[in-house]
Amino acid sequence: MPLLEVDSVFKRFGGIVALDDVSFDAEPGEIVGLIGPNGAGKTTAFNVITRLYTPEEGDVRFEDESLLRTPPSGVIRRGIARTFQNVELFRGMSVLDNVRVGAHARRGEQSPEDVLFYVNLHSLRYRAASELPYGTQKRVELARALASGPRLLLLDEPAGGLSHEEVNQLGTFIRRMRDDFELTVLLVEHHMGLVMSVADRVHVLDFGKKIAGGTPAEIRSNKEVIEAYLGAPA
Amino acid sequence: MSLLELRDVEARYGPVKALHGVTLSVDEGELVAVLGANGAGKTTTLRAVSGTVKRDGELTFSGARLPRRAEATARAGIAHVPEGRGTFSELSVWENLRLGAYTRRRGNVKEDAARVFNYFPRLEERRDQQAGTLSGGEQQMLALGRAIMARPRLLLLDEPSLGLAPLLVTEIFRVLATMKSEEGISVLVVEQNANLALAHASRAYVLEVGRVVVDGTSDELRKNESVRKSYLGY
Repeated sequence: MPLLEVDSVFKRFGGIVALDDVSFDAEPGEIVGLIGPNGAGKTTAFNVITRLYTPEEGDVRFEDESLLRTPPSGVIRRGIARTFQNVELFRGMSVLDNVRVGAHARRGEQSPEDVLFYVNLHSLRYRAASELPYGTQKRVELARALASGPRLLLLDEPAGGLSHEEVNQLGTFIRRMRDDFELTVLLVEHHMGLVMSVADRVHVLDFGKKIAGGTPAEIRSNKEVIEAYLGAPA
Repeated sequence: MSLLELRDVEARYGPVKALHGVTLSVDEGELVAVLGANGAGKTTTLRAVSGTVKRDGELTFSGARLPRRAEATARAGIAHVPEGRGTFSELSVWENLRLGAYTRRRGNVKEDAARVFNYFPRLEERRDQQAGTLSGGEQQMLALGRAIMARPRLLLLDEPSLGLAPLLVTEIFRVLATMKSEEGISVLVVEQNANLALAHASRAYVLEVGRVVVDGTSDELRKNESVRKSYLGY
């Protein structure tokens, strides 16, 4: 049984259909990639799953139970945590305090200090979040999410601001984290090297519609995906 | 003669030193790339030029000392497109573009806007839309367009590819190349997509922990083994 099921979801903003009959799922322990052009609806899908948006039609089920009756503040208690595309930290607070907020939201088994050791940020724990480089801020967000002890982790462009070598390390790290914390991971990312190397399955959105889903190898050779998104191989 | 020259430039955030003596130059009409890991000082280097961080050292622009205040730097002909775009989300596309021309004393705003719309037809379609409702790619176009409105001699670009789909990243760099050749604008660009950056840059600098550790022509850097391994991935 899938851990997460997005089932025939419609989400509209005025005349714009941001999600148009979108369905996909994630099995326990899977790393699932969500890719597509800018404005395709990837972040909207994250916002529907975390209840920031309520879909007009369709359902989102987590552990076989609808999420639509859970308020946004209750999502983390169900075991779903996320990071944000443009970094949404408490800027004036220290790294440690940011991670404490995550731990407070749902009693994670690990202490905030342990989580900071795990993501290799412990030496920076008293620094203000806003002082850190962009890529490091993204790692603080990840630590905050982990500290809540999630079962499902939503990562919105974790490779932003990282060099090639750092992205490789991030890929290894995401897999290790999945194993160590028994997570299911949903990953929005434009860095194709990362998505194709860590994801077990990939779903592709374009103009709010799902245009493909399959293994990384299947997606890479899908004509429609190449035209809408990937472009000719560089 | 170089348009921009930095010699032994240092910069700090409170007690934390981010640049330990950076020396680099950009010639008239040249596109120069800055590569480096997260936290290497790339963003701070751009901020040191635009006067948005406290810095010391020798900085000259067009043969004269670079002014210290950010506003004076902008008037001198340097436009900075920050990481994460920094568009005014409550203002319309058109209002954002007009603000770009704010520091200019001469010239026809409408003509310049027509040039921007020629580069990015999408912006004309969205002329009266609030910037905050644009997709990530469109916001990057707007940030670039707003910088063009200032008629800069030097453009500072901080990770233009951040959060953009592969096809759009190629498009942004194509426009940069056109701007450089048709308008003679010099560009100093920080970019994690090192392959693409080197394909368009004539020279590049690699930063590590606030210092330049390697510099040379794009060809030389592509042949450098450690650069290949860390930034290019082959």
